[in-house]
Amino acid sequence: MANPNSYVITTNLVINGEEREVTFRNADILLDVIRNHLGLTGAKPGCLNGDCGACTVNVDGIAQKSCLMLAIEAIAKEITTIEGINAVIQGTFMDEFAFQCGYCTPGFIMNAHSLIKQRKNPSDAEITKWLESNICRCTSYIEIEKAVKAALRMGPEKEE
Amino acid sequence: MISYDFHYVRPTSIVEAIELCEAFDHNGKNPVYFSGGTEIITLGRLNEVQTGAVIDIKSIPECNRFEFEANTLVIGATKTLTDIEEINHFPLLSKTVSEIADRTARNKITVGGNICGQIFYREAVLPFLLTDSEVVIGSKDGPRAQAIKDIFKEKLQLNRGEFLVQLKTKRMFLDQPFLSIKRRRQWDTGYPLITVAALKVEEKVRIAISGLTSYPFRSPELEDALNAPNQSLKRRIDAAIRSLHVDVLDDSEGSNRYRLFVLKRLLTDVMTGLGGDE
Repeated sequence: MANPNSYVITTNLVINGEEREVTFRNADILLDVIRNHLGLTGAKPGCLNGDCGACTVNVDGIAQKSCLMLAIEAIAKEITTIEGINAVIQGTFMDEFAFQCGYCTPGFIMNAHSLIKQRKNPSDAEITKWLESNICRCTSYIEIEKAVKAALRMGPEKEE
Repeated sequence: MISYDFHYVRPTSIVEAIELCEAFDHNGKNPVYFSGGTEIITLGRLNEVQTGAVIDIKSIPECNRFEFEANTLVIGATKTLTDIEEINHFPLLSKTVSEIADRTARNKITVGGNICGQIFYREAVLPFLLTDSEVVIGSKDGPRAQAIKDIFKEKLQLNRGEFLVQLKTKRMFLDQPFLSIKRRRQWDTGYPLITVAALKVEEKVRIAISGLTSYPFRSPELEDALNAPNQSLKRRIDAAIRSLHVDVLDDSEGSNRYRLFVLKRLLTDVMTGLGGDE
């Protein structure tokens, strides 16, 4: 656990099912630790202000903007990044061409992945409300919504 | 990246949190309590919040409660806005907080963090102002309960080292008719312009407002004017607006005249929706 006399911590983080020992500053946000210390660059830095959702990961299955979370808060939790899933939603994103430049894609997918795992039959309004957390500068919103609905049709049980 | 370093501790009791805060304060660390932490992180990145010690209160059991205690709903300060919305013990609160930020951000933002934040909207406080709720404050003399109307004046008036532990709301208020309306400058996204929460209790409409001024508030004068008998709705709303002696915000989200125009429309919506006016 955190040492109250130190600004730095060495600990194990559980990420994509693996325990990884890592040393970081108490002040480091989860996004920076995932990318710069653990070498997983799927989660993207965007606004760094909690607005764009490009950095979305799942923490204990819940979508979180990793720029809004200190890495130290993620101790003893299960962090999942885009590199750690092999899910139906990734295929439907390709099927529906739900991206253009692709920068926002990992964030959208991790948010949608959490939605599909938590909700068996979300309404259109609920899907829209979840997806409002992410911004696509290329405006692929229609295709993204189609991809999410296609994954939902295939069944949450397939969203591993 | 947050450019400065801080100590991080995660106490498991109110007493421990207070003691840690005192110790850090004594050492000049300017400690802050941390719940969801979204504001501390985002403003910290801009050096608009500076601290040498973060005290994360999420492991304190009293801060995590969300349950009924006899006829009172107890809401821990560290409950996330998503939890509040989904468990839905308090429909007016659920509706109001469901409009704050976005779904993923609400997975992190907590009710206590929103109420104690620097960002002036603090919409989560509106339902508590309307329901004569109590707040429980962690202090070095032990937890103390206080009526929100006595301690929330523009912001929560906490003494150094104190923190918000819980909010308590009487069950009788939870099933009263309500409205919560948020107006933004554009569509359903973007920063808020004005949020109004309203509750009808004993045939009178109560109203609390965020975004009109640099702090959320409830005004007895405004409510008296709106609930005045035997007057047209237009006259009552005009009187309600005149009763406000506050500095109306005038910024890039909306001029003061525009904000008052929007408020007038909102009051009309509230009184037609709740007050029985047509």
